[in-house]
Amino acid sequence: MIIGLDIGGTHTDVVLLGQDGIIKNVKVKTDQEDLFSSVLNALDKITESVSYSDIKRIVFSTTLTTNAIAQNKVSPIGMIVLGGPGLDPNYFKTNRHYFVISGSIDHRGREIESIDNDKILKTKTALELEKIKHIGVVSKFSVRNPSHEIKIRDKLKDSFDKIFLGHEVSGNLNFPRRIATTYLNASIYPLHKHFFEAVKGSLEKKGLKAPIHILKADGGTMNFESSIDFPAQTILSGPAASVMGAIPYAGDNEEVLVLDIGGTTTDMAILINNAPVLAPMGIEIGGYKTLIRALATQSIPLGGDSIVNVINGKITIGPDRMDSAMIYGGKYPTPTDAFSIMQKINNIDNQQAILGLAPIALELGLPIQDIALKIIEQACNEILAKAFEMIDKINSKPVYTVHELKEGHQIKIQKILVLGGPAPYFKEYLEKFSKIPVMVVPKWQVANAIGAALAKTTCEVTLFADTEIGKVTAVEENFSQNIRRDFNKSDAIDIATKLLKEKVVRQGDGSEDFETEILEELQFNMVRGFYSSGKNIRVKVQVKPGLIKGYKI
Amino acid sequence: MLHAKNKTGLVFFPAFDWAISPTHPEREERLLYTQDQVFEEGILDIDGIVEYKPDIVTIKDVQRVHFCVPDVNSVMTESHFISAGGAKKIGEVVCRKEVDRGFALVRPPGHHAMRVVHGARGFCNVNIEAIMIEYLRTVYPVEKIAIVDTDCHHGDGTQDIYWHDPNTLFISIHQDGRTLYPGSGFINEMGGPNALGTTINIPLPPGTSEEGFLYAIKNIVLPILDEFKPDLIVNSAGQDNHYSDPITNMSFSAQGYADLTSLLKADIAVLEGGYSIEGALPYVNVGIILAMAGIDYSRVKEPDYNMDSIRQSYEITRNIQKTGDAVIENWQQRESMKRQIKMGKQYDVRTRHVFYDTDGIFENQYERIRICQECAGVLQIDSSSDRGRRIFAVHIPIKACHVCKEMGYQWFDSAKVSAFDKIFLQDRVKDEFFEKSRNSQVG
Repeated sequence: MIIGLDIGGTHTDVVLLGQDGIIKNVKVKTDQEDLFSSVLNALDKITESVSYSDIKRIVFSTTLTTNAIAQNKVSPIGMIVLGGPGLDPNYFKTNRHYFVISGSIDHRGREIESIDNDKILKTKTALELEKIKHIGVVSKFSVRNPSHEIKIRDKLKDSFDKIFLGHEVSGNLNFPRRIATTYLNASIYPLHKHFFEAVKGSLEKKGLKAPIHILKADGGTMNFESSIDFPAQTILSGPAASVMGAIPYAGDNEEVLVLDIGGTTTDMAILINNAPVLAPMGIEIGGYKTLIRALATQSIPLGGDSIVNVINGKITIGPDRMDSAMIYGGKYPTPTDAFSIMQKINNIDNQQAILGLAPIALELGLPIQDIALKIIEQACNEILAKAFEMIDKINSKPVYTVHELKEGHQIKIQKILVLGGPAPYFKEYLEKFSKIPVMVVPKWQVANAIGAALAKTTCEVTLFADTEIGKVTAVEENFSQNIRRDFNKSDAIDIATKLLKEKVVRQGDGSEDFETEILEELQFNMVRGFYSSGKNIRVKVQVKPGLIKGYKI
Repeated sequence: MLHAKNKTGLVFFPAFDWAISPTHPEREERLLYTQDQVFEEGILDIDGIVEYKPDIVTIKDVQRVHFCVPDVNSVMTESHFISAGGAKKIGEVVCRKEVDRGFALVRPPGHHAMRVVHGARGFCNVNIEAIMIEYLRTVYPVEKIAIVDTDCHHGDGTQDIYWHDPNTLFISIHQDGRTLYPGSGFINEMGGPNALGTTINIPLPPGTSEEGFLYAIKNIVLPILDEFKPDLIVNSAGQDNHYSDPITNMSFSAQGYADLTSLLKADIAVLEGGYSIEGALPYVNVGIILAMAGIDYSRVKEPDYNMDSIRQSYEITRNIQKTGDAVIENWQQRESMKRQIKMGKQYDVRTRHVFYDTDGIFENQYERIRICQECAGVLQIDSSSDRGRRIFAVHIPIKACHVCKEMGYQWFDSAKVSAFDKIFLQDRVKDEFFEKSRNSQVG
């Protein structure tokens, strides 16, 4: 048996899954002031009359770090940043204790300017005076050569509790995002560590010793131990949970739009062949653009409880949610009320909805049924328009080879999966207006917790080889090896895949089956003068996101 | 927070799977380090910088500009269709006012491609700026266009295409043709009789540095642009004036290129040459993008940049001042010179030999233009190559007068298919292209 637990803003959903399906699910109110008690409370309820030793894994999706960043309740940290030619690193200032120091590396990983050691020592003193315990160190092009970051860590490691290095957060190029990601990682580290150590401690005390995994924003998981060094990856895992929970209902090789229609907003994502489409760079949160892998998602402030107005003779829906729908005691008309007028909601008295929509009908001079239909049509079309805007954006993503431009895959949606409270009402109309088959995700109420419970470990490895310099490196893995001139792309793919397999075991539970895939494989002949001087090779591999096997729903 | 003062569109198409040949300067690796620098700087995340995917140009787009021998698909590879499409995309988003300015960072380049194309010359097959410009002229209300070519090599292809067009001001700043390919671009090359003065060449001596380039921009280019008042300024932004470029002899820098970009305020920039792929391009391209967007570029410097070591000599400074004076004098006297050259003439003819260095083709051209007081004049070209191909081509300019239009069709109709492999008619007024040959009569 496994447990999935999704701590949302208002509710915490927990599900207990066995090999033959859902054994039990529980919904409790989330106490934002005391998430710890909410979690333990929910776990107590789900494990009542279950033998702890039968539980094989527990996966958490939490808003802990997301909320801390949104509310700026993060720990003060020190940032040491090394730039070099280009934009002034002060443009990317993340926080008060932000120090720019000279020292630089170029695009091939060669040192251009050595580190200013005096300034490092002065910075250390300044940070110690401020009683800073955790710091982040980021240099430009550290993914090509992390030596500056490592040297600074070695110099400062006795003065601070924990030092986060930029090249460890991602293998991708993007200095400003590397700074922001390292900053977030360091600044939520104490909160994340404290919380999960407390949870783990309490569970162990009770005798519940199953391995703990944490859901990430890319719809994959990592184990508790790995999460301590990379807490930023847990930010915004909430939207990923529901999308992963919809995967069992997407067909093989199908391209599926997932719509999570809530009271206030509708969230969207895409599945291709049972795996979510990821955003090209990383999540944006609290004004920070990051390198944290995440699903490509889109959100629109339109849900079942959005307020309906008439402005200049035109119906508007949202962006605000004032209250519940009028049929449930609210004061303002909503799409849910329109559905009740169309007789789409069983066993409900729609008298209040009729009263609510009457002024709109009067103003527009149409029968109330027509108004209800208009509202539904407009809500569906706005949601669909936003979804197709997102798909167009993914389809028009720039590519850099002739081959990709000519042959590049274009997403064409074959099915829409809907979940969320108003989803069953929307189904028929979404189908009508999109002309695409629509299916309500069965057990959508707990799809988020199911998604968390079943999400596989995900990770990626970025490898860079330069045969002229004679080195192959995977900086995130702390891997570097000398290579000969005849080293080639297939050697690079072999090494990257081997590193990836080690990483997935290290970050997962060692028992999952997984599928590796190549995301990028480029090999360039470097020519200096009129002769080939070596090869420049870039490889990126990942574990394909998806659901673990062995559990029915 | 970083914010672009001018909303700037960017098409980045490094064609990582296309090369002229494995060790050719125009190879897969050329924009690799530029991409690394642009990505690492996070430039595509800056508020107000928008990346676009390139279009793929159509055969019709190409035929607005070129007469391709024997046909368009024979002289272009897929990468050329995309590179021209990158320029076209940037032109569109600027003209639609989605962005204030745009930069097509694409390869392969195009400014050595002339109106008639038998093959590749100077690494260029088709003229990507001209394909963009003629598309924009057809779809958007832009007429007067200025092209400022700051590649180190004379933009002889662009010059050829706009030689007879008084509505296109072509200014090329380049290393003196006596010392560098293609060996042209002297002050006295000023355009055909109907458009005398709107072709301007500013040859600079080898060793010209920041001071010289910026002098030429401030004292020659900007005053002429002010007077011409173009609807659109296009910069053919070659980057081979750099002090580290392996195939040229100039001493320009990333800071200099960024300053030049700030001064010129081009609406559209299109990458041309530039083959110092590690030491120059990453920094020059970042400098140009930031300058276009109106973002501080003062720290964008090559790791080995040393202002003193690239400073130009006093002789060079004097030489450039003299060139500038002569160019400005020609510009001021262009109307009277034009009157003189047109006087009493019905037609003007030009005979030329064109060498396609990249493909090793020799071409002979006989060109005849109608001297016209109303329009740019109808043009006919009789072109044959040492590959045994001969074509006859007629170009009717976009604002052609009635007489020139009629004459163009007459020329086309009366041309004998027995004498040529292909006979072409480019009617820019109707935006149509016709061809005939022994095998098929109408295209």
